[in-house]
Amino acid sequence: MAGNDSGKKDEAPPRIEYENFEPVLTKYVDEPESHTLEFYRGHGGYEAAKKALTEHEPDEIIDIVKASNLRGRGGAGFPCGLKWSFVPKNSPKPKYVVVNADESEPGTFKDRVLLEHDPHQLIEGVIISAYALGAHVSYCYIRGEFVEGYRRMEAAIAECYEAGILGDDVLGTGFRLDLTMHRGAGAYICGEETGLLSSLEGKRGNPKIKPPFPAVEGLFGCPTVVNNVETLACVTHILDRGADWFHSIGPEKGPGPKLLCVSGHVEKPGVYEVPCGINLLDLINDLAGGVWKGRKLKAVIPGGSSAKILAANECDVGMDFDSLAAKGTMLGSGGVIVMDETTDMVDALHNLLRFYAHESCGQCTPCREGTGWLAKICGRILHGKGRPQDLDEMLDLADRMCGRTICVLADAAAFPCTSFITKFRDEFEARIAAGKGHERQVFEGGPTVQPGALSAHNQERLAEFQGGH
Amino acid sequence: MSGTNGSATNEAPERGSGTRREFSETGTKRVQWLLTRYPNRQAALLPVLRLAEEEFENIDGAAVQLVARTLDLSPGYVWGVLTFYTHYRREGDGTYCLHVCSTLSCALRGCRDLQRHLEKKLGVGPDETTKDGKFTIKKVECLGSCGTAPVVQVNDDYHEDLTIEKLDALLDGLKQA
Repeated sequence: MAGNDSGKKDEAPPRIEYENFEPVLTKYVDEPESHTLEFYRGHGGYEAAKKALTEHEPDEIIDIVKASNLRGRGGAGFPCGLKWSFVPKNSPKPKYVVVNADESEPGTFKDRVLLEHDPHQLIEGVIISAYALGAHVSYCYIRGEFVEGYRRMEAAIAECYEAGILGDDVLGTGFRLDLTMHRGAGAYICGEETGLLSSLEGKRGNPKIKPPFPAVEGLFGCPTVVNNVETLACVTHILDRGADWFHSIGPEKGPGPKLLCVSGHVEKPGVYEVPCGINLLDLINDLAGGVWKGRKLKAVIPGGSSAKILAANECDVGMDFDSLAAKGTMLGSGGVIVMDETTDMVDALHNLLRFYAHESCGQCTPCREGTGWLAKICGRILHGKGRPQDLDEMLDLADRMCGRTICVLADAAAFPCTSFITKFRDEFEARIAAGKGHERQVFEGGPTVQPGALSAHNQERLAEFQGGH
Repeated sequence: MSGTNGSATNEAPERGSGTRREFSETGTKRVQWLLTRYPNRQAALLPVLRLAEEEFENIDGAAVQLVARTLDLSPGYVWGVLTFYTHYRREGDGTYCLHVCSTLSCALRGCRDLQRHLEKKLGVGPDETTKDGKFTIKKVECLGSCGTAPVVQVNDDYHEDLTIEKLDALLDGLKQA
């Protein structure tokens, strides 16, 4: 959470200049040949890795990444250098670097751009991190649906082996590194790092309890670092331009260039590379062309579907880890989902709850049952069969799911649930009230339902109900 | 939940046992190569399932048997892993699997209209295949293409920024293919 800064931040968010910001991660993605080794090398590619491997000791690289304050771009925002420093130095076991390219948080589509259009930038980041951590084997776990990204990565890796950039003698330095693409097959839970590792081991994608953390006991029981695609792409540029350069972009505690994915009701949806901390309203109104069809803004999910929703009047906020945490939500995966004034919030929440119920791996009862029940109750409200006590029941359920499961999927379902209901409660209540007429007709109208047509159990319930009135 | 039909778990590996499947020569080489990339055979399970999918168009009981034999795993274990994931092509899937993304960003931009249109036009519902075996409609969760919503993935390919008209043109093309 935001800690001491929250008081100051509430007054007026400092405005981050973005107009003259020059893209770094997506600088070349519109060039037709940007995915090829020839293009990449022609634009200074693999110089950072060469510098890293020849001029720095592994520990120095960890220190540089620490000094840059790079925070993980996958969702949790954990400091990257710190994560790397948890890997035991003297372990006799092999170490692994795993790229998380499972991008599956609803509203997020940034890594796909990098995988398809600048795969070498990622591979260079993998080489640097593997050298820093003493890993000689790396896997890139890509979601099964990203076939184009998979092909581009496979082609890029083949080019690298051919050119001596991967293999037994990386860039002529004697460092050995093998990188293998590993395709997933349609499971949101495999974006969770321990679920991903299970899947990579040839198992169902069930997350594992932490501790032990993957840094100590991860893939095949060995020390493992799992990093998001964008995080590793940032590492390439940090080694190229220095920690100070990275640190100078955006807020001190969570700096750097950031890919934000804008989707939903805007004129120009897409991936925008901006300095961390850009004002959310600038992002929506300026870069993304404003709310579509001349309509008004109703709400925004700022960091992928698991982030708590912001009502329109809360959207004057910087898009960085701490500013969003101060508003009770998160930067998450950078997936900004914009909703206009016509959006039915009951419908929108039901859509997300159905998603989580479908994607729960099922091993923890609070999540398996909880996500299912949340979706069912919300569906009942949506279809006019809600009961007055349903909202409090959902809030209670959501509260009981949080922090009681192996991974955070349960929390990820609870966050939208509680925030939608608290911030748009009148809409949910109106739907329940409107639907009530239907329920009355069934139970109070008497003749509309013939007791004989009901099961014995429901006849009892009906009798009980009528007896009570 | 993936394991809803418990009976299938026991039956399926037997189902295709009449036909014994083998990988092609290239497939076998691919398996050999894959096994050099992982410290144990089990870890190659997902890529070997993909290979089976490519070689046999979809993964049936006989393919499960083959994958199990290849990796020294039990068919039941392979079946358990296979059914956890939703993206493998399975027995009964049509030539073209139409994966219609139904999650929020696509829903905000009209994926339901596409879904309804598809169901009406093809006369089948989600997870059903047309009688000619050509099309299967699958209602899927976020495909990671929210900026170009609504999106439908047809086998390997994404079709983005879809409208009813574009979808019709796409279907007409596939029908003639």
